[in-house]
Amino acid sequence: MRFEAVIGLEIHAQLLTESKLFCGCSTKFGNPPNTNICPVCMGHPGVLPILNKKAVEFTIRMGLATSCTINKYSIFARKNYFYPDLPKGYQISQYELPLCSNGYLEIEHQNQRKKIRINRIHLEEDAGKSIHDQGNFTLLDFNRCGVPLIEIVTAPDIQTPEEAGIFLSEIRQIVKYLGICDGNMEEGSLRCDANVSIREAGSNILGTKTEVKNMNSIKNVVDALKYEIERQIEIVSSGGRIIQQTLLWNADKQIIEPMRTKEESHDYRYFPEPDLPIVEVNEEWLNVIRENLPELPSIRKERMKSQYNIPDYDIEILTTEKEFADYFEETAKFTDDYKSISNWFMTEILKILNEQKISIKEFPIKPEYLGELIKLINNQTISGKIAKEVFNEMLVEPGSPSEIIKEKNLIQISDEKIIEEIVQKVIESNQKQVQQYLEGKDKVFAHFVGQVMRETKGKANPSLVNKILKEKLDNLRK
Amino acid sequence: MIVEKVENYLKRIQDKKHLNAFLEVFSEESIQRANQLEKKIHNGESVGKLCGTVVAVKDNIAIKDKKLTCGSKILENFTSLYNATVIEKLLAEDAIIIGKTNLDEFAMGSSNENSAFGIVKNPYDEKRVPGGSSGGSAVAVASEMCDVALGSDTGGSIRQPAAFCGVYGLKPTYGRVSRFGLVAFASSFDCIGLIARDSISLAKTLNVISGYDLKDSTSSNQKVPEYDSIIQNLPKDNITFGVPVEFFNDGLQSDIKNKIFEIIEFLKSNSFQILEISLPHIKYSIADYYLLTTAEASSNLSRYDGVKYGSRIELPQSIKDLYTQTRDEYFGNEVKRRIMLGTFVLSAGYYDAYYLKAQKVRRLIQNDFIDAFNKVDFIISPTTPTTAFKIGEKTDNPLSMYLSDIYTTSANLAGLPAINIPIGFDSNKLPIGMQLMANFFKEDLLLQMSYFIENNFNKNKLGN
Amino acid sequence: MKITKELILHIAELSHLKLKEDEIEKFQIELNQILEYVDNLNEIDTSSIEPLSHPLPIVNVFREDRVEKSITREEALKNAPEATDEFFKVPKVI
Repeated sequence: MRFEAVIGLEIHAQLLTESKLFCGCSTKFGNPPNTNICPVCMGHPGVLPILNKKAVEFTIRMGLATSCTINKYSIFARKNYFYPDLPKGYQISQYELPLCSNGYLEIEHQNQRKKIRINRIHLEEDAGKSIHDQGNFTLLDFNRCGVPLIEIVTAPDIQTPEEAGIFLSEIRQIVKYLGICDGNMEEGSLRCDANVSIREAGSNILGTKTEVKNMNSIKNVVDALKYEIERQIEIVSSGGRIIQQTLLWNADKQIIEPMRTKEESHDYRYFPEPDLPIVEVNEEWLNVIRENLPELPSIRKERMKSQYNIPDYDIEILTTEKEFADYFEETAKFTDDYKSISNWFMTEILKILNEQKISIKEFPIKPEYLGELIKLINNQTISGKIAKEVFNEMLVEPGSPSEIIKEKNLIQISDEKIIEEIVQKVIESNQKQVQQYLEGKDKVFAHFVGQVMRETKGKANPSLVNKILKEKLDNLRK
Repeated sequence: MIVEKVENYLKRIQDKKHLNAFLEVFSEESIQRANQLEKKIHNGESVGKLCGTVVAVKDNIAIKDKKLTCGSKILENFTSLYNATVIEKLLAEDAIIIGKTNLDEFAMGSSNENSAFGIVKNPYDEKRVPGGSSGGSAVAVASEMCDVALGSDTGGSIRQPAAFCGVYGLKPTYGRVSRFGLVAFASSFDCIGLIARDSISLAKTLNVISGYDLKDSTSSNQKVPEYDSIIQNLPKDNITFGVPVEFFNDGLQSDIKNKIFEIIEFLKSNSFQILEISLPHIKYSIADYYLLTTAEASSNLSRYDGVKYGSRIELPQSIKDLYTQTRDEYFGNEVKRRIMLGTFVLSAGYYDAYYLKAQKVRRLIQNDFIDAFNKVDFIISPTTPTTAFKIGEKTDNPLSMYLSDIYTTSANLAGLPAINIPIGFDSNKLPIGMQLMANFFKEDLLLQMSYFIENNFNKNKLGN
Repeated sequence: MKITKELILHIAELSHLKLKEDEIEKFQIELNQILEYVDNLNEIDTSSIEPLSHPLPIVNVFREDRVEKSITREEALKNAPEATDEFFKVPKVI
């Protein structure tokens, strides 16, 4: 019997607002525990929530980017359950009328395009953090409590772990491009849970599904889904039944484990939040958001392809992250040698980002300086080799390329007279090699070039050096 | 003069301690503040609109750095970190807050017998209840322990104790006064309101505490009239009172019925129109009220869990025990009863039949009033079906306690303003109150009519 | 609608109330009485009626996305039943 998998994803993205969803506390990550809190997000007696407009706009941006219907009326609801990191004993979320519904995202996998439907995108508040491993107690930090989240729920249209990985990647890229979330799965600003079931291939009856959580990277999502699907297939193949349960992915052991706590009966007793009025999104507001929508990845790619005459492959790499594309286009303001920018980026910059594990935002060389550097190569002020040196210098020293060149006296020597002199000197002091060259040993040429470069500390214009050396040596033949 | 007034009030509070109206008295601070204000006046400095007005505050309204117990053991030692918006406003106008008054636990009750810190006694007959849940506030005003008191009204909790204690009690339109800092019982019903011995005091204070508040998304930005300066401007021509047929049935105590008829005659003799009206769905108000308010309450009270503030049991063995034992131990019976009912109403399988149904009935009840106010300016009724009942009389029968809210709950269901006006006494010399309801944001009219009745209808002054 | 003891226990569980034996019985009786009373709502035909969640027809109340002063950690922990210098503390959850 052949099986197929049915996968639906629930993705939570922390929104990049300055303040929390219902109060003015900062959302800044990494502050000392319990310092980004106030009576409102702590659920003190008598407090009331006030809705952050920007969070609503960010949610609508995501809805527009995924072709959702932006609902004209939308309401908040209370999701009631008890957990120590949920101060009010309920989470303000959305239930019956979410901000966005019925959208989709197209993904490409194995040369096939496929539409994954998005049932809904809604806005809700995050809970605090529980720390369980410090002893025979649990510690609570409410900094994260009240940070805005969007929840993206797909239809069970995903059929393989790889598709799930691609979908999640696309979502990640979009939220980053939209400027609404930093997409960091390791830090938890992007989280993914999956609902998984299997059925006989070709059937349209859904099997019992399990919920898989704790997958904190795209790779973990793919691995966990692979594991769970196999686990389910094994059970069903040997005549067993799938038990509906919540499972956790253990990335260290690379296995699926059941959740250790006893399942709370999931009766959330949703009802409309009485403390928050209805949200009405009229055409006017929607148009303002539409007009100000940051460029979506697919659109940016197309535009960059037509605007910069560089290979599609380069554009693909440059647009994998919005910040890469930003860096490129910023640099392109300072030089129109786009191919060079692309080359520098793909070979040097990416390497450094990977080695030092930093983001392009933390990369020390300003786009302006890279542009300047390329200009200086192109107008022959410095050679490509010296440029590399300047580049490396800029990684650790502040200062523009021109400043560094001046300081370190790296200007390319293009004065033919000076080069002639030096070439002459080198020829005269390397008679043995001259003899070898004249006898036909072409490889020795490189030796002369090397000597000239040494004499000039690498600053001699290489093409001039080549030209003059050849001339002089050929003259000697006569 | 202010200092003398405060000192007198403090003495009265002390002398009548056994009524248990106050949970906390700010003696030193009040005297200090009174001295400061007298100095300001003496120096010719400008002072606030409520300069020297002594206010008692129900202990479910937050005052920074003061205990906020809500009459409950679960918040017995809890200190508020902020001021409710109404408190900020009162302080900005130089009011003096003399203390926190006793209440039914979390404002749930109609007799002030549900406080974890002892019952409150009715000054007219100490064997009887003062009403609830703002019992402490009503007694503080009736016994002259303050000028005016803040209370909260979710189903009658200001008007009913005001009626039982023979004082004026106003529930404003929902959203007229900010709820920020009022400990939530039922969020779409709760109103902060006022209790005083005369209509002008209500008006002056309402001026100050009303208005849009950024911190309360359900507060209204309707303009706030100068209630006190227009209080004498009752538009005497063309005023109609609606008398709902549904309100005069068997359960109503006969002296009360007679007194209401008396006042209707008085109104007629002053050329006001009287019209019989019908509020067809009014008989469902209590059921509707109890379904919806307990549902909201069950959610609002989930935050009292012993985790981040409030009482916690000793040595919890597990997190589950911490929650369940703390809540069972430190919540009183009425609170637990309502949480249970509310949880049931919202639970899977019952939501549609109970909660959703109740919300639809709420719409019908509100519609009844909207229709009525197309024809009349006021709706007149008794405030309570009986005068103050005896302590312990209804505690064994929660349902009979709930049924005594028959006249007051509909105003909260619809969100309308309503006032209790004391109009006499029954054969046991217990106060009788009448209720007037008006259309949304017509507190000005209510106060004008209250003032008119106060000054023109012959009623006995307060004995004390 | 009759509330069984089972249902009472279920509701108590959802409400996180650890009821004692006598409480369970008492609540069962009281809740049944109340429910009997509220069942008269079923008389009314509400099939075409819109539910009322907010008494006033307010829409779109927002705040600007601006950071405002919070309280200090000391203030936040002030009312905590149990805490360290930095965290709130409860019995181990998992």
